[in-house]
Amino acid sequence: MSGAVVWVAILAASAVCFATKLAGHRVPEHWLAHPRVARISALVTAALLAALVAVQTFTRGQALVVDARLAALAAAAVALALRAPFVVVVVLAAVVAAVLRAAGLA
Amino acid sequence: MPTLPRSRPGAPADPDRRAVARQALSVSAATGLYGVSFGALAVAAGLDVWQTVALSLLMFTGGSQFAFVGVVGAGGGAAAAVGTAALLGARNALYGAAMAPLLRRGLRRLAAAQVTIDESVAVATAQRRPAAARAGFWWTGLGVFALWNAFTLVGALVGDALGDPQRWGLDAAAAAAFLGLLWPRLAGRAAQAVAAGAVVVALLLTPVAPAGVPVLAAAVVAVVVGWREPGPRLGRVPDPSGGGRDAPDGGPAREEAS
Repeated sequence: MSGAVVWVAILAASAVCFATKLAGHRVPEHWLAHPRVARISALVTAALLAALVAVQTFTRGQALVVDARLAALAAAAVALALRAPFVVVVVLAAVVAAVLRAAGLA
Repeated sequence: MPTLPRSRPGAPADPDRRAVARQALSVSAATGLYGVSFGALAVAAGLDVWQTVALSLLMFTGGSQFAFVGVVGAGGGAAAAVGTAALLGARNALYGAAMAPLLRRGLRRLAAAQVTIDESVAVATAQRRPAAARAGFWWTGLGVFALWNAFTLVGALVGDALGDPQRWGLDAAAAAAFLGLLWPRLAGRAAQAVAAGAVVVALLLTPVAPAGVPVLAAAVVAVVVGWREPGPRLGRVPDPSGGGRDAPDGGPAREEAS
């Protein structure tokens, strides 16, 4: 995307996100009270985040690859299981990948 | 949907106001701090500092922001970036509906809408009294807004100075950030099944679909699974009152940014 297209996308996505928040405040509560709506909303969030983890870890362009990012993700998972704060998890993953690459291991 | 007691006129001022403010402050600090990682990752994905700052100011919902820059960084098109960010922000509508009975109508509602995020709603719903819930919502929402934006700028400037993102492992950091956002949402077998299915769909589509599309397509898995009533085979979906939130077990401090 060119810089101008990125700006348009930022403004459009921000407008949609704000409209979504405002809609929640404006529509009658029972419209959103259906269990199916709540269920799908929670699952969509999980699905998108899981897909983003996968794409961010295992792809380079359109190729599927295994590299230093997998070890970094494993380290992040261990840190999360140990209830480490978000910032620690993210920094740890960066350090693991950077060290492996600097050492020429991945 | 969390049902909060409506405020009663003449209700006594909440004695726990200071406790609420403290809670809001700690959540704001923890969340704001990882605005640094958002700022750095956005710049690593190819956005400039101003675009990064604009995302935090205008979009202000962390999951959507991370997703937006993730799609851009992967070379996805504008439609895929907007679509992914919008879908990830859909849960905020449920939060808004939960908060609406607490808040006054009027212009202030526009500000309330913008700070309707995981953290502000989590702190509000953790309170027993309406006055405390209202205070928790505003203190947390405004606190996170201020710190998230300040630290986004710091992160963007740091990321800008770092140069080559891969050398510093920032691509791996982005993966870890998504995992951190996903982690508290994996309670329940339905969520775990959907996450596994989403991974498979996204990776299968990557070689054949344009960038950004594999992630969007993975959302279909959630709709297919979530459409049916929770049956015995998939186990129970976490209580819908949890929405996409996880406050009761994870605690607000472990919540995703916005």
